Amino acid sequence: MPKKTASVFKAALLSTFCLTPLAAQAAEEVNVYSYRQEFLIQPLLDTFTSQTNIKVNVVFAKEGVAERLKREGANSPADLVLSTDIGQLQELTDAKVLQPVKSDVLNANIPEQYQAQDDSWFGLTARARVIYASKERTEVKSISYEDLAKPEWKGRICTRSGKHPYNIALFASMIAHHGEAKTEEWLRGLKENLARKPQGNDRAQVKAIKDGICDVSLGNSYYYGLMLTDENQIEWARAVNLIFPNQNDRGSHVNISGVALTKSSPNKANAIKLMEFLTEKLAQKMYSENNYEYPIKPGVEPSGLVLSWGEFKRDELPLYKAGELREKAVKMVDKVDFDG
Amino acid sequence: MEAVSAPVIRELSKHATTDSPDARPWRYFSAIVALIAVIPLLAVIYVAFFPTENIWPHLWSTVLPRYLEATFFLMLGVGLLATFFGVTSAWLVAFYRFPGRKLFSWALLLPFAVPAYVIAYVYTDLLEYSGPVQALLREWFGWRTPRDYWFPQIRSLGGAIIMFSLVLYPYIYLTCRAALMEQSDSLLMASRSLGAGALRTFYRIVLPIIRPALAVGLALVLMETLNDFGTVSFFAVQTLTAGLYDTWLNLGNVGGAAQIAALMVGIALALLYLERASRHKSKSYQSGGRTRPLTPTQLTGKSAYIASAFCFLLVFFGFLVPASVLGYYSIEYFDVSWNSEFFHLAMNSLKLATIAAALLVVVGALLAYSQRIAPSALNKSMARLASVGYAMPGAVLAIGVIVPLGALDNSIDGVARDYFNTSTGLIFSGTIAAIIYAYSARFLAISLGSAESGLGRITPSMDQAARTLGHSSLSILTKVHIPLLSRSMLTAAIIVFVDVLKELPATLILRPFNFETLATYLYQYASDELLEHSALAALFIVATGIIPVILLNRASTAKQY
Repeated sequence: MPKKTASVFKAALLSTFCLTPLAAQAAEEVNVYSYRQEFLIQPLLDTFTSQTNIKVNVVFAKEGVAERLKREGANSPADLVLSTDIGQLQELTDAKVLQPVKSDVLNANIPEQYQAQDDSWFGLTARARVIYASKERTEVKSISYEDLAKPEWKGRICTRSGKHPYNIALFASMIAHHGEAKTEEWLRGLKENLARKPQGNDRAQVKAIKDGICDVSLGNSYYYGLMLTDENQIEWARAVNLIFPNQNDRGSHVNISGVALTKSSPNKANAIKLMEFLTEKLAQKMYSENNYEYPIKPGVEPSGLVLSWGEFKRDELPLYKAGELREKAVKMVDKVDFDG
Repeated sequence: MEAVSAPVIRELSKHATTDSPDARPWRYFSAIVALIAVIPLLAVIYVAFFPTENIWPHLWSTVLPRYLEATFFLMLGVGLLATFFGVTSAWLVAFYRFPGRKLFSWALLLPFAVPAYVIAYVYTDLLEYSGPVQALLREWFGWRTPRDYWFPQIRSLGGAIIMFSLVLYPYIYLTCRAALMEQSDSLLMASRSLGAGALRTFYRIVLPIIRPALAVGLALVLMETLNDFGTVSFFAVQTLTAGLYDTWLNLGNVGGAAQIAALMVGIALALLYLERASRHKSKSYQSGGRTRPLTPTQLTGKSAYIASAFCFLLVFFGFLVPASVLGYYSIEYFDVSWNSEFFHLAMNSLKLATIAAALLVVVGALLAYSQRIAPSALNKSMARLASVGYAMPGAVLAIGVIVPLGALDNSIDGVARDYFNTSTGLIFSGTIAAIIYAYSARFLAISLGSAESGLGRITPSMDQAARTLGHSSLSILTKVHIPLLSRSMLTAAIIVFVDVLKELPATLILRPFNFETLATYLYQYASDELLEHSALAALFIVATGIIPVILLNRASTAKQY
């Protein structure tokens, strides 16, 4: 083996032994596992560090945080988990890797509806699951989730996989309101009306409406803002109207992104400081400006673009109930073979 | 690619040197390696039978039949189509002369370099409703909406079958071509002189000759099909692999995932049996000494063009189209994708590939060596056991690695707490050690096979000569064997390196947080319909994949029997 290759091997081998990504305990720091993306979270964390001098180490993940915390057990370096939806918070709850937080600040900033019953997780931002409708081919001004199973929509609906957390949370809220049997019937009806097999993400459905593949789709509200501010996607967004469903009855289904404290948290005091910071006005405002979400702290205005979509009535269902029904919803999606 | 480079060694025990005193440690070594290699398998089976929460009834009453059905039809379709592509092209190249034959004989292997998920992303991009092909059709015929015309859905079971067949047929082409090239001229002459036409010759003579070779190639094709996650998740085809991910990551249920994994182990073992049994057969089928090498028949007129066109189309759709699309996007979006992040990803990928290749070359060589120093039936079966991993889908190995490593970490930590009052934390879980373990279990067969065939070329008399001169086995190894083995081990290293580079299922599950490789990055981006931004990563994987193709072609044509 030539010398050069030998040194490459050596370097590679050395690097395997230096694998500790996070120092578990140091002076002033917090360790975060984040499901939320870097572009959104990093500015918030940087602001926190500049205000408090507490260093934040963060690792970004797409999946499997609960699984990992379970395996790391008491040795986990993680203090906080940032989630993108209620399903992940429920998963953490089911894995028994969280601990309750008693904080007056959190209780004052976050309404009951968006907290765990045992205070083990807290919502940080809200987003509605809305219906995007083609400007060209639909006349709808008001619509309900229930309407989507009606025969008039046959072959006209697009959605992402039924197994995706955003859809699961919506289906779980349907179970909470209508019971299992009726929801299953509705889900079968919705499947009947799909223009194509569920595929792609929420934005791809809007693109499909622009392309003429379908006329309406389900998607999160903030994607409208993201598409309108992206030069490659603005055409997609312009092809649709954003409609808040169920304005004549219970209101639109709202999902949350949230934060939770791990059971094994090595830097508990600093972690709670960061949790509180994220529920205060500055951070709440940043969330809305950067990602077009709705602040959860009462009295904080969303960004101008979000305001322009108008006021809407929200479903009052406490989110922990949608969380508890998550597994039922997943199994129902299996049962009706929604993605098949 | 592993199996192609690993013809089973002849029984070296025939020339067995008398057991040297240092044989025992070699046997222990084999046993330990075999044990480490099968632990993931045992772990999967254990968790499947003793799950914490039994989800089996739900799986069985809802999704499992669906997963099984999709897997069955996918494997059936890919088996048939890849066989058609592979056998036809091997038959043409081995028996006939037609324009471009020399070029095609190696170019037909190029699709090997393209992972199935990459070709799936490219054709989806080209053929979906908003892609260039359909847009052009709409322009020509004045169609407006999807309701105006019919176009096949690329994202479907049928689409998946075509994608897999286009990049996997080279396994069959390679094994069958080798089998046909070994035939003597007399057989064909006899057949022709008796007035049988080409097709009849094909059915009566060629098929029986290549059946064992075809079975080996087919088994490998089906293993790869079962292993895939990228393509089936992108096409929303609900195979067992897709179901395993879903059960794990959507239901958060490791037990259920392990139960699906155990089913897959069953299928994989059946394929392994098919391959091993056929390989054995193909040895005994060969006619003794070659009388006269094959002289290919010159095709003329229309049939010559058909033969050329057939080979060209395979190379065109299996390699040229995906490579050019990726090349075009890479140039077009070069500024977007050529950045520090790309380097970071490439470094991660190269790091994993280098470590795995280095480790496996050493372990594989030692394991093969142990067979030579301490030949025995038991030792031989240890080597077979150690290489069982290549039939196992990556997703299955991932579960099999996570479970025991977690247990190991926690027990080490427990001991440390009890005796030393300190915590060791997590040593292996969630680090790249876990990924390397899975790769090692999956790819050990490659380096072992190479080492075995390399050692097979070193005659025992060389050993005896060295022994009479008073060398120990260790010094024989360093002074005689390593210099002689280095070429076949380099080939093994390259093949492992490239296989690791494109491995997706296990990497996705096992990678540490914040650790992306070229393959996982490509998967995330392509799933979000941003192929153009990650085309550079895909092109990098394909370009490196060409190197082993060249090596394999050399190895398979230069074989002297």
